[in-house]
Amino acid sequence: MNIRINGKPESIAPDMSIEKLLSARSIDPACVVVELNKTIVKKDCFGSTVLKGGDVVEILRFVGGG
Amino acid sequence: MEDLLEIGGKKIRSRLITGSGKYSDERIVAEVVAAAQCDIITVALRRVDFDHPGENVLQHIPKGKILLPNTSGARTADEAVRLARLAREMGCGNWVKIEVIEDQKYLLPDNIETLKATEILAKEGFVVLPYMSPDLPLARKLVAAGAAAVMPLGAPIGSNRGLRTLELIEIMVEEINVPVIVDAGIGRPSHAAHAMEIGAAAVLLNTAIASSSDPVAMAHAFRLAVEAGRLAFLAGLGSVSKTGRASSPLTGFLDD
Repeated sequence: MNIRINGKPESIAPDMSIEKLLSARSIDPACVVVELNKTIVKKDCFGSTVLKGGDVVEILRFVGGG
Repeated sequence: MEDLLEIGGKKIRSRLITGSGKYSDERIVAEVVAAAQCDIITVALRRVDFDHPGENVLQHIPKGKILLPNTSGARTADEAVRLARLAREMGCGNWVKIEVIEDQKYLLPDNIETLKATEILAKEGFVVLPYMSPDLPLARKLVAAGAAAVMPLGAPIGSNRGLRTLELIEIMVEEINVPVIVDAGIGRPSHAAHAMEIGAAAVLLNTAIASSSDPVAMAHAFRLAVEAGRLAFLAGLGSVSKTGRASSPLTGFLDD
């Protein structure tokens, strides 16, 4: 299944929830925010939000800044 | 009675706000924050780097500090609003520094887009601190729109040039009734002290500390400068004269 993650095309398995995607990439869900097709996904919905082909996902975290 | 900075319903002891950016090793941020004794720290929001998934600046910021995410990267009000909502979703508070910049040469903020973003985000309950080019009429509009403070620049971001917009900042301090926080361009502790002496409520700086040869020592210097400037403002600066006015008595001289 082809989706876009952080601006890059990626191929992922079907029935992949956001929670599973983060876990597969060793990302702590408490340290990120996720936007799916321009809509913010609440953290308590990471497990129940399942990705579909064509989805555009943004995964962000805080970095140093002024 | 303690001299506390009041913003967004909070009473804050330190009038030095520091950035956390421009460090090659973010572990130094914890030491800088300790030396600065700041209570508010800015951060930015960026895509996760999948090659370094564990990286997170919050590990280096002590608990109990107020996080001030900026909307850096935004070139329009809509982009700033999108970033602010994402930042709030992190669950670290609802403060936001609106930073809308299209100009990549001087990094000067777009005041008009900043006002638009302030109007939207203030209505959504954010504590909004807009970064702006000093402009009294625009600052009044930001306050009317619900900004919790206004943050005029002294000079371009990262330039270390000091208070090049001094007189416009002085006008804002005189006329605006929310905290005026000088943000951007401060390069030396003396610049920070000067901003506080003229009545700024606080200063925000990042590069001045990060670009120093010893950022932790420089953070300490800035802490002292901000305290000195604030004490001087509260004490009341003496008047300025074009001519000399003797410091020792003019009578009782020893005569030959």
